[in-house]
Amino acid sequence: MSKVLKELKYLDSHEWVRDEGEGVFTIGISDFAQESLGDIVFVNLPEVGDEVEIGGSFADVESVKAVSDVYSPVSGTVCAINEALLDSPELINEDAYEAWFIKVENGTLQEGLMDSEQYEEYCKNEE
Amino acid sequence: MELKTPLYEEHVALKGTIVPFAGYLLPVQYPTGIIKEHMAVREHAGLFDVSHMGEITFRGETALQSLNHILTNDYTDMKIGKVRYGVMLNDNGGVIDDLIVYKFAEDYYFVVVNASNRHKDFEHMKKNVLPGTEITDISDSLAQVALQGPASFEIMERLLKKEDIPYKYYTAKEHVSINGMDAIISFTGYTGEKGFEIYVASENGPALWNLLLETGKDLGLIPCGLGARDTLRLEAAMPLYGHEMDDTISPLETGLDYGVRMSKEEFIGRDALIRKGEPTIARVGLEMIDRGIMREHQDIYSGENMIGHTTSGTHCPYLKKAVAMALIDKKYAEPGTELVVDIRGKKAKVRVVPLPFYKRK
Repeated sequence: MSKVLKELKYLDSHEWVRDEGEGVFTIGISDFAQESLGDIVFVNLPEVGDEVEIGGSFADVESVKAVSDVYSPVSGTVCAINEALLDSPELINEDAYEAWFIKVENGTLQEGLMDSEQYEEYCKNEE
Repeated sequence: MELKTPLYEEHVALKGTIVPFAGYLLPVQYPTGIIKEHMAVREHAGLFDVSHMGEITFRGETALQSLNHILTNDYTDMKIGKVRYGVMLNDNGGVIDDLIVYKFAEDYYFVVVNASNRHKDFEHMKKNVLPGTEITDISDSLAQVALQGPASFEIMERLLKKEDIPYKYYTAKEHVSINGMDAIISFTGYTGEKGFEIYVASENGPALWNLLLETGKDLGLIPCGLGARDTLRLEAAMPLYGHEMDDTISPLETGLDYGVRMSKEEFIGRDALIRKGEPTIARVGLEMIDRGIMREHQDIYSGENMIGHTTSGTHCPYLKKAVAMALIDKKYAEPGTELVVDIRGKKAKVRVVPLPFYKRK
């Protein structure tokens, strides 16, 4: 059973987003996502100042076996990236909710995201 | 409909992630994960279900002549109890499959082929064997496991008398009794480590699997899936059918010269290889200079010129770096040459390096 955090919103492509207030959002991938990917060995992140769009791919994660795109639930400007992931992508496997990918400012959040209960249900059906 | 190997229930019980592969349902990994499974084989031992592999026997007084006619290698001087690699070509010199041949008697050989090619191989063999050779596809009657890694010998020594263990690379013993189960055991494998491949009757598969896991547990033996099998063989630069070779690639182009005896008077595909002459492409190793991970089917450039493509690529858990094998224009095959790979639209610098990437000490 993968972990789901109450205070986050989730996408059906298994990203999470935290509303930090004042138009800032933090984005990462869920515990379910890291579990399905397996050992993550590489992450590609955008640069600070890049624009991201709702539904657009802003990063990719690679496990030993496969590459997956990471999609944004927010439109806005990247104001921080988690550089630790570039050297230690395994941090995502260790704790997917600590290992955030990017922070976005002046952001607009996608509507209709799942809350933790809905997401938990959604993951059950995907298993 | 995918088939289940005799060990399917064991994989489910071990919570393996089951995927379809070459017509079979097999575990790509267990909850331990590919990296730990890979490292177990390099440092201790790993156990793989390779029951999907095909086994075809050649029997009869012309068995040797049939093998020499159908395969590129020369089996003439082979002694009983030896194992030898070979390649099977079509008339155009393309690879139908690569395989290994075990010799158990002057008139009895046991041939192990790739799962995905098994039916195609059998048809080709049937059409081309000489009168006096009887071939039989016995794949469905056998379970095959691979016990790989430095601790493999100690594990086998706990189960068998020394005289029943093949201690030399590419040798095999037939009719070895493991806890009463009749087995073929060979010192072979597809990981770049020392180890064994063991064949027993299908119904004995689960008992053998569990006996080995139990016996090797305190030595670090764990079950490993297809994911680790692929990263291990790639790290050791072992070619895989459908990647480094197929029916359009000659064995000389992909660097399998060691399994091709042009000195032999005749074999299927030999004339085509002679007609083609010296290969203009070569199989090389690549490693990243820039960041990123190469995968199969990515184009390789020298400046603006596309000079080839990757055939397999991954992040190697033991070497901790991203590598790929590629078939490229021979002019650029010298180790140290800097090239560019197109990784999903992004150009990244790579360097040609000698193969294999990993060699056991």
